[in-house]
Amino acid sequence: MTDQTAGNGVVLAADGTPLKASLNRALRKNRMRALLLVAPLMLFVLFSFLIPIFDMTFRSVDNWHVGTLMPKTTVALADWDGKDLPEEPVFAALVADLRAGAKSRQIGKVGTRLNYEKSGMRGLITGSARKSKKLKDGPYKAKVLKLHKKWGQLETWTVIKRNTTPYTIGYYLNAVDMKYDKNGEIVMQPENRRIYGKLFMRTFAISLAITIICVILAYPIAFLLATLPLRYSNLLMIFVLLPFWTSLLVRTTAWIAMLQSQGVLNDLFVFFGMVDDDNRLQLIHNLTGTIIAMTHILLPFMVLPLYSVMKTIPPTYMRAALSLGANPVVAFVRVYMPQTLSGIGAGSVLVFILSIGYYITPALVGGTDGTLISNQIAYHMQSSLNWGLAGALGALLLASVLALYLLYNRIVGIDNMRLG
Amino acid sequence: MSEASDTLVKFDSVQKSYDGETLVVKDFNLDVARGEFVTMLGPSGSGKTTCLMMLAGFEPATHGEIYLDGVPINNVPPHKRGFGMVFQNYALFPHMTVAENLAFPLQVRGMGKSETSEKVNGALEMVRLGGFGDRRPAQLSGGQQQRVAVARALVFRPQLVLMDEPLGALDKNLREEMQYEIKHIHEELQVTMVYVTHDQSEALTMSNRIAVFDDGIVQQLAPPDELYEKPMNAFVAGFIGENNRLFGEIKAIDGDFCQVELEGGGGMVKALSVNVDGVGSRTTLSLRPERVTIGAAPGQSANSLEAKVVELIYLGDHIRSRVSLSGNDEFIVKVPNSHGHVHLKEGEVTQIGWEAEDCRALDA
Repeated sequence: MTDQTAGNGVVLAADGTPLKASLNRALRKNRMRALLLVAPLMLFVLFSFLIPIFDMTFRSVDNWHVGTLMPKTTVALADWDGKDLPEEPVFAALVADLRAGAKSRQIGKVGTRLNYEKSGMRGLITGSARKSKKLKDGPYKAKVLKLHKKWGQLETWTVIKRNTTPYTIGYYLNAVDMKYDKNGEIVMQPENRRIYGKLFMRTFAISLAITIICVILAYPIAFLLATLPLRYSNLLMIFVLLPFWTSLLVRTTAWIAMLQSQGVLNDLFVFFGMVDDDNRLQLIHNLTGTIIAMTHILLPFMVLPLYSVMKTIPPTYMRAALSLGANPVVAFVRVYMPQTLSGIGAGSVLVFILSIGYYITPALVGGTDGTLISNQIAYHMQSSLNWGLAGALGALLLASVLALYLLYNRIVGIDNMRLG
Repeated sequence: MSEASDTLVKFDSVQKSYDGETLVVKDFNLDVARGEFVTMLGPSGSGKTTCLMMLAGFEPATHGEIYLDGVPINNVPPHKRGFGMVFQNYALFPHMTVAENLAFPLQVRGMGKSETSEKVNGALEMVRLGGFGDRRPAQLSGGQQQRVAVARALVFRPQLVLMDEPLGALDKNLREEMQYEIKHIHEELQVTMVYVTHDQSEALTMSNRIAVFDDGIVQQLAPPDELYEKPMNAFVAGFIGENNRLFGEIKAIDGDFCQVELEGGGGMVKALSVNVDGVGSRTTLSLRPERVTIGAAPGQSANSLEAKVVELIYLGDHIRSRVSLSGNDEFIVKVPNSHGHVHLKEGEVTQIGWEAEDCRALDA
């Protein structure tokens, strides 16, 4: 054998170049082609999906307001020890910053930002900025202290100093029902102001309930689909997919028509005497409505992975189990079901992740106790305009989904997941 | 050939139809004796697997009754029949280890832990897979999976084991090895086996008796040697082993023998009258290639005809000669590569002959 090998053990191609380099050159064209094929989608995803996500997530830690709009105060506060009120230079810097901010009409942003941490800060900042124009030359400390009594409180300065840093964990603290207390220590919110923790828990609980109901409902259907002769199973598959072909909004509003107290379902109940006319069931704008509507909408996501897994299990396994003496129930539980676990896993992960982030259906049918964390995120995006908090809540949601995904991978193995 | 008390399985006029229009199995009768190895052999779609599935209880018989030890079992569900079964693709449970697979039939019978593991180990030793208990089926080779499947079908000591083309997925060498292994297990355990295959050499190697299926009917039920040497009709003659076919018309019947005029102008030949309708009817003559002598002088054997050598294939132990005889180009003669055998050349015209007993006149 005359393997062409250079002195250092590198295998050479016929023309004397190293074999690896030759191979790379040969494969480069294929790689380029593959890259070009995915390029449009990659760019689309990058600009419409990845960049916005990173932007929103960045907002959850971004803390530019004080540092940028009150630069002099930021510098002056840098070596303030926080034990007593700051000295004259800090007040001078504050007045200069407030004046500049009032002139550029940007100072309101600082007020809004600081108000997230301590209510009343917006009024203090904007009010003082307006009045700052009238302040004559210094020394300013006494004059500023006269502007508003809050300037004489240590906590005001603690809040400002804390937010001179370019990044903050304040939004995240807020998102997990925590805050800084007067002394700058991290503590839980008072009992009656803890909302996000509860909402996260409720979102997880509702998602879990929907997932479990979906498994229970989808398993027999998928089994039927996988075992029926093709011509019947195709028809049945169309029924399963029908919801997919109808607009989400239409389906959700259809559920409103079905479930409302003067709706179809309640009318039937009353007609058959199952409930009293004055006592109609409240099926919508609450938890029940959210669970019913979302289960219906997400059911196909459970049926399809289950079906695709069941389709690959040959009937001989059941037959083998029967021939070995297991009765049909034992054969099903010990031989068939374990082989469908990957489908159950795939469907559950899919449905759970989708329901955790579901927005439109709970918003329409959820009422007060059927809304999810996504509705709160939307509220901060659209109404309160606290994008930092929305970003923090979103990032937490994303992190918990990723954690679940990793957990699933650890337990079931992502390679075992089949989606059809 | 078997005593009534010795009969374990009896098919009594069993019919099967899937669509209510055509019969897949038409009037199937079979007695399987205790300890016997019976093979159902036939081309695909001949109804052999359907018969096995009816015996296993996975398909109901449309008509007729199947008896086990004289008791009708048509209404006994499969899991209560207690037959071991080996499937075509082994059907080893992929989520269980080999040992768990083998323990499964014992566990569902409520056997204790220590006894189970003892039996599992014994069964693994039997198929020479001791120490493989912790592996998953996917980690085994095809032959090993096959052996596990056999062990699993035997571990609970069933009186009857059914096998549905169990060697179909193996390559040729492994298949032959496994044939002997299954045959030895059968001899050792004295278990009754019903085996389904489309591979005739497999059937001939292993069986006590073979039922040759075609078109939903058992064409012949006989021990292997009888099946090969004394086929009762043209299908069996053609399906089992290599076979030369000549067509002709019966001119006279004389006791066990008949005179047949060959189509294609080959002249008259004398043949054993096996399955013919009478003078004037068409017949298929069946003749094994190894029973034909070549280069024989006229008059040396009962039949002697001129044949033209069309093709010679050297196969080592013998030379396969395709000759043209009475207009039939596919006539095969095996010339043994013995000392001083006749040397033929392609295109040469030679005399071939055979005995009347070796040439069977069958249905057309």
